[in-house]
Amino acid sequence: MVDIEQANATAVERMTSARPILKGVARARDVIPGMRDNLLLHAGPPITWERASGPLRGAVIGALIFEGLAADEAEAEAMVRAGEIALEPCHEHAAVGPMAGIISPSMQVYIVENVTHGNRAFSNLNEGYGKVLRYGAYSPEVLARLRWLNEVLGPVLQEALALSGEGIDLRALLAESLQMGDEGHNRNKAGSVLYTAKLAPWIARTSADKETIAEVLRSLAENALSVLNPVMAACKAMADAAHGVAGSTVMTTMARNGTELGIRVSGLGNRWFTGPAQVPHGLYFPGFTHADANPDIGDSTITETAGIGAFAMAGAPAIVSFVSGTPQDALNTTLEMYEITVAEHPYFKIPALNFRGTPVGVDIRKVVELGILPRINTGIAHRQAGVGQIGAGLALPPMEAFEKALMAYAEEYLS
Amino acid sequence: MVSRHAIRRGVYYDSVVLMQLQRSLAALPGVVDAAVVMATPANRELLESTGFALAGVEAGPEDLLVVVKADDAEAAAAALAEADRLLEQRRAAGPAGAPGAYRPRSLAAAASALPEAHWVLVSVPGRYAAGVAQQALDLGKHVFLYSDNVALADEIALKQQARSKGLLVMGPDCGTAIVNGVGLGFANRVRRGRVGIVAASGTGLQAVASAVHALGEGVSQAIGTGGRDLKAEVGGITALQGLDLLARDPQTDVIVLVSKPPAAGVATALLSAAQATGKPVVVDFIGYPPPARRLGNLHFAANLDEAAELAVHLRRAGKAPPISDGRPPITGYVRGLFSGGTLAVQVLLGLQPVLAPLYSNTPLRPEQALANSLHSQAHTILDLGEDEFTQGRLHPMLDNDLRLRRLRQEAADPEVGLILLDVVLGDGAHPDPAAELAPAIAEVKAARPDLEVAALVVGTDEDPQGATAQGERLAQAGATVLRSAAAAVEYVSRRLQQPYRYPYPALPLAHFGEDGRSLAAINVGLEMFYHSLLAQGAAAVHVDWRPPAGGNEALMAILAKMRSGRREQQPHG
Repeated sequence: MVDIEQANATAVERMTSARPILKGVARARDVIPGMRDNLLLHAGPPITWERASGPLRGAVIGALIFEGLAADEAEAEAMVRAGEIALEPCHEHAAVGPMAGIISPSMQVYIVENVTHGNRAFSNLNEGYGKVLRYGAYSPEVLARLRWLNEVLGPVLQEALALSGEGIDLRALLAESLQMGDEGHNRNKAGSVLYTAKLAPWIARTSADKETIAEVLRSLAENALSVLNPVMAACKAMADAAHGVAGSTVMTTMARNGTELGIRVSGLGNRWFTGPAQVPHGLYFPGFTHADANPDIGDSTITETAGIGAFAMAGAPAIVSFVSGTPQDALNTTLEMYEITVAEHPYFKIPALNFRGTPVGVDIRKVVELGILPRINTGIAHRQAGVGQIGAGLALPPMEAFEKALMAYAEEYLS
Repeated sequence: MVSRHAIRRGVYYDSVVLMQLQRSLAALPGVVDAAVVMATPANRELLESTGFALAGVEAGPEDLLVVVKADDAEAAAAALAEADRLLEQRRAAGPAGAPGAYRPRSLAAAASALPEAHWVLVSVPGRYAAGVAQQALDLGKHVFLYSDNVALADEIALKQQARSKGLLVMGPDCGTAIVNGVGLGFANRVRRGRVGIVAASGTGLQAVASAVHALGEGVSQAIGTGGRDLKAEVGGITALQGLDLLARDPQTDVIVLVSKPPAAGVATALLSAAQATGKPVVVDFIGYPPPARRLGNLHFAANLDEAAELAVHLRRAGKAPPISDGRPPITGYVRGLFSGGTLAVQVLLGLQPVLAPLYSNTPLRPEQALANSLHSQAHTILDLGEDEFTQGRLHPMLDNDLRLRRLRQEAADPEVGLILLDVVLGDGAHPDPAAELAPAIAEVKAARPDLEVAALVVGTDEDPQGATAQGERLAQAGATVLRSAAAAVEYVSRRLQQPYRYPYPALPLAHFGEDGRSLAAINVGLEMFYHSLLAQGAAAVHVDWRPPAGGNEALMAILAKMRSGRREQQPHG
């Protein structure tokens, strides 16, 4: 019989020794493996239009209008229903996207390379707050913002990163921001400032005019989420490095499409194990309630998969107020995650736990045995397309997904 | 009046918690009665018998069932909501430690929270207990297994595994123990001292420990074994480990061994181990006739109080010098050829706990029955005065012919190492038994110098034969002369006592107070044991345990299979 402990140790060693470097920005069609002109990538496990939730549908419509493939909502919907447009998970194309996670062929995407193992991962550029495509909005200002990202921000970042020569070491950036009150998922304030600071000297040297440079710098610095997408791609590069270790029960994907949450397991190939996505609990912006919330959505749970996000909550006590918790609750969240993980992260350390490494490498056996689910920190989307973010809070994946994975493992390895 | 219920599936709380909760609910305004139980068939039956209507309530043993009888629906709903609130509150905040401090859910997390803990107390429901104990052994911890309803096969597997790793499993169904001065489970506050206890009886342990305390002495360690440890199938694994530990423990001067009557082979092994401790050992096999008052360093007590008194007396008397005449022990079998039936029974009774297998034509227990009285088996005590031998001939007290032939027959058996004869004197007995027995003894001794012959001479010097004179002639022929059945038992058991060395990895003394530390332990199950540990000054962590995989059998089976594969790859030892 396969040595599960050894397989898991190998998988987690690969995950934690991966060193993701932000190398550049390019058009999705040119760099994402398997990207096609009629393909939209989305967050979470595979889904059909029929089963897609409001925000995901809105983002699909917005992306098709953005791409010039559809003129309006009705046309976009008809194209998808007719099968002219394919929907595939980002995760199956080495990519990740927050919330709806739509990546269309002409979008500019970050290129992150794990220089330890050589694999690459991709994510789109962050749109900031307010009405944004990732929450299913596709009004003219949303599309205008997307065009600015594509035509101004993307090219400037690409030029700056090229000038930097080495790119930006995201593992080092995360190690630092986790000690500055971030957990890398819901809170990226410190990381985004660090990110802007590291890029600024190179952005200043680009061929862009002063006004553009100022606009780009202001945008990066003011958006407390600007580093979220590179961080997600970094986590994806780390998680992918751990995928495909025979016999390993380590979770290498956890993602939600707004209808279902799906996980994948290192030793179980590319099969998804899914269950219904939960509606998160948290704090709502004025005028919104739990009843307005969409079920959990987005690939941003790649952060928890790689040992940060909710798993690093002990280092980010500021955000426990999302669930009216206390700093002790933040500590307890991380302490609980140690129970279901294989290792402690050698680079991501938590001062409040005497610099103990974050819990990393969710072992599906431990999840099922102890009944402890991986915690998720998340933004909350309105269930209707286009309304946008209505709050932030905590969610849990469905136990069903882990139970299915365990049963599949038994079939694969124990029968 | 209305009755309402709520079911919380796949959760587990210990019964003490549920009883407290039940009391809180019943005290709420408008509530007539409340029940909070795991919905086992037994609990359901109990509830229905006390007037709770459960028809149509679909809940099983893994489900928490809250039933409320109240004046109105509103009060009932409020009570159900309060139940959830109280349960949540318990989960969130452990009563000990900082408010809201993290309570580990797994043994592994508890072990990393308290790495100095060498002990795990397990009191979860029986069907999960072996699994938790197994995890504790995998983590290299000793186990105090309070849970009952653990399968015998699981007990054997756990104990064998523990033994091979130098770990101890006390239990299952072990109610009490004292380790490093800290009581585990149901614990008496007993001062530390120099009396060590090994007990297969929980109340026996408590009674002896308390009595030792009352008599002014104290307890070094008190090892509980669980009631089945001394069954033949288990073989006294824990008790033997305990004896070996106490033998080596410099803080133990006197050992008390308490149990209900053990299986024959187990008793023999235990008493050999007890003899080998070299320390005074007080033995009380409750309800079992003491074979003698004393066998070497073994002192037999008739009851628990006497055991404690003897232990205290021996502890104060100081260490007795070891009894040995320097001769190598006899390795062959004993054959007792008796003319006196009562003497035979006395010797059989005395030897049965120390010699196995032991046979007789006058067995005390069915398994001692000799298949054919004409052929001895292993250790055999024969009453040659039984009817089967005396038909058509004189009683062997008068006629030595049968015994002489049997003496030669036994001496010719190379597996025989010692032959024991009785020589009963007095009016009416043979006028000079030594005249016939001495030459025969000399003859068999000449043929086999390694063979020992012992003669139990019963009589006085006033007897016509003269006891001393008879004894001298038998001694000249090479026999060892003994003058009482007790002396015969003592002599035989001493000569047959094999050098004993505990053949398994030793329990580390460092875990039993040698490192100067008190106890550090992890508690899984009944929360009251955790509070008891803290109250006694022990370092402790309580695991917020729940049934694995929510009690789902299929998933538990998969998880177990995954674990067993791992153990197969890591040979112990």
